[in-house]
Amino acid sequence: MVDLTRGYDVLVAGGGNAALCAAITARQAGCSVLLCEHAPRAFRGGNSRHTRNLRAMHEKPNSVLTDAYLEDEYWDDLKRVTGGNTDENLARMTIRASSGVFDFMQQCGVRFQPSLTGTLNLSRTNAFFLGGGKALVNAYYLAAERIGVDILYDTEVTALHMEDGVVRSASLTKNGYPETVSARCVVASAGGFQGNLQWMREYWGDAVDNFVIRGTPYNRGRILKNLLDQGVAPVGDPTQCHAVALDARAPKFDGGIATRLDSVPYSIVVNRDGDRFYDEGEDVWPKRYAIWGRLIAQQPDQIAFSLFDAKSVRLFMPSIYPAIKADSIEGVAAQLGLDAAKVARTVAEYNAASPGENFDGSKLDGCSTQGLTPPKTNWARKIDTPPYYGYPLRPGITFTYLGVRVNERAQVLMEDGRPAGNLFASGEIMAGNILGRGYLAGFGMTIGTVFGRIAGKEAAAHARN
Amino acid sequence: MRETEAVADARRYMEICNGCRYCEGFCAVFPAMELRREFAAADLSYLANLCHNCMGCFYACQYAPPHEFGVNVPRAFSLVRAESYEQYAWPAPLARAFQRNGVVVSLVAAASIALVLILVTALQSPEALYAAHPVLPGAFYAVIPLWIMQVLGLVTFLFALLALAMGGANFWRDTGAERVGAGAVLRALWDVLSLRNLGGGGHGCNDRDERFSMTRRWLHHAMFYGFFLCFAATCTGFVYHAFLGWHAPYPLLSAPVVLGTVGGVLLIVGTVGLFAMKLIGDPAPAARRLLGADVALLMLLALTSLTGLVLLALRGTGAMGIALAVHLGFILALFLLLPYSKMVHGVYRSLALLRNAAERRGVPENP
Repeated sequence: MVDLTRGYDVLVAGGGNAALCAAITARQAGCSVLLCEHAPRAFRGGNSRHTRNLRAMHEKPNSVLTDAYLEDEYWDDLKRVTGGNTDENLARMTIRASSGVFDFMQQCGVRFQPSLTGTLNLSRTNAFFLGGGKALVNAYYLAAERIGVDILYDTEVTALHMEDGVVRSASLTKNGYPETVSARCVVASAGGFQGNLQWMREYWGDAVDNFVIRGTPYNRGRILKNLLDQGVAPVGDPTQCHAVALDARAPKFDGGIATRLDSVPYSIVVNRDGDRFYDEGEDVWPKRYAIWGRLIAQQPDQIAFSLFDAKSVRLFMPSIYPAIKADSIEGVAAQLGLDAAKVARTVAEYNAASPGENFDGSKLDGCSTQGLTPPKTNWARKIDTPPYYGYPLRPGITFTYLGVRVNERAQVLMEDGRPAGNLFASGEIMAGNILGRGYLAGFGMTIGTVFGRIAGKEAAAHARN
Repeated sequence: MRETEAVADARRYMEICNGCRYCEGFCAVFPAMELRREFAAADLSYLANLCHNCMGCFYACQYAPPHEFGVNVPRAFSLVRAESYEQYAWPAPLARAFQRNGVVVSLVAAASIALVLILVTALQSPEALYAAHPVLPGAFYAVIPLWIMQVLGLVTFLFALLALAMGGANFWRDTGAERVGAGAVLRALWDVLSLRNLGGGGHGCNDRDERFSMTRRWLHHAMFYGFFLCFAATCTGFVYHAFLGWHAPYPLLSAPVVLGTVGGVLLIVGTVGLFAMKLIGDPAPAARRLLGADVALLMLLALTSLTGLVLLALRGTGAMGIALAVHLGFILALFLLLPYSKMVHGVYRSLALLRNAAERRGVPENP
């Protein structure tokens, strides 16, 4: 039975990968630790439960990673995806620390598996968790329970009460009832705010009604907002979020990875009015999938439709929802609720501009439309072989970029640049320090693990001082 | 394979799993799934019989209940497997034995024991049945005439083998016969003997919860190898009798008795252990409806073995006659039920592993 009147050395707000790494590390250092997870046990683990791998630097092949992935290459990859919107010191420190996380993870019972089929491009850089992120989260919870971390589910940390840059106490909602707890140190690991539609609406207006949130509905950004309201320095553009194209039939929350659609490069994509709006063949899909969420979010009613024919149906990962299928493109359009004549005209114009040869789905084939606006610059094969197929697409929000500023000791920084006295942060709530834009597969888990470990260690050192 | 509710559930889960694929490292099922886009009922029968029910994918699943997708692969596959046993059973009219299999197994066992006891009392004098026979060659036949043992044993066993083979052939045809080479046979044999797919990628099963454990794998090994040691004891006994002219009962340190005793103890450890695990296991990924059939078979195996050990202990006493009759009654029931109980899973699982080994030929292994 958890006794909230006793006071803890370390309070961890959140229950995902970063929170668990912080809690376990602080407990291993001898602190009493309370971890508060907003979700019920069945949905514990925040967005970590939907992840699958962690990007790690390594100098030589090891039990889970092939070849080598060195600091400079890793840094170049990060610089490229963020467009320089990062902090080189923090980033390089995270990259270097990523090579040392395996011992800790394996001690905690995290298991790995070979790179998943269809992700061979990641076998050198990313270590895959056996069974995915929920299995990783399960292992961490077991490890935390074993060493005596107190864990509360259905418990949201609603406010951290700060005075002069020091957290004096925390308010919780435990199973719906208000509670107060005191702790010498606090680690904020409560994620971003993409699960909070009201907050999202401030930036996106009513378009959020048509957004799908890929992850947990329990990431409400409550602690993030609470800290920013108390003079903590923000980092990252509040209006930005990572968004991909999803099957429009996906659940509003928590659909995870299985609802994404990879059909775009082998299809043409039209909007509500039956018009194409962007080059579907601009680059290989792993480099382009993350722009399509935003592209669709900018279309009327935030919806789009991927149309293709029998030649392409097996070129991409299957969706969990059946494709809309008909013997004519008009038939598909009608079933999707589109103006059939208009869509047929769009397809006819595209077919007329398609060279119709030299298609090669395995590389940038240069098979480009001629004289079409917008063009399709690769894989522009004619859509002419029945049956025809279509998928409805919506923007799927993965995470938000707004966070709290931290230093290399995971201390939360106040607006005047000084570190808060006893407040640390790890995970999505501070990822914007390093990942200010774009995304690099498996890097969120790297930031969470590295900063979770640092936050746990620093909080423990501070609490026991 | 027929379309049923369980098949439809399994198909929906596989379509979701095929869009996720996080569980690829647990066992052979998910890589086999990835070779397919559509899942005909026969494909699901194949995948369900390939599944060893280690539960790894249930605890790792981001879509497991109470998620609205409600993915529960172990339960769905358990139900599809049970339906496949009924579907492939031979001769077809006896397939109904799988509908209330726990009851059927219990009744057949009771009836078999009763039959042997009735035969014994009808054919032999009470003196022979209750006398303390010295442990000398031929003592057992004083209780039950040798010809009855031989006829009943051989007829039921050969029929069981035929029925199992016909069921296996039905499975193989339905799920799409595959060309099989020697390499595939060796690989499948290793999979059967090692229970590689109960290893969760080498880490064990989720026997009770999120923790990984080798308990279930070791208990199944104890049961499996115990069963075959007992079978080896029977075979050596047959060789002794038929070719060497040595007649049972055999001395304590003879091959049939040692093999049978070790096998019997292993069989009891395995079956009782697996039964206990069913009692304490998490009901969420289990198919409650199938518990009766599972438990009935485990108990049948345990009691066959236990009565054999009791017979060994009592064989110099006046209780030997009844002990022998009861033991032979259990063996008769086991032979009769081989093709009409969960024992058939051994055939279909082995064939599914063979098919898997064959269809993976040419598919590159993950590095």
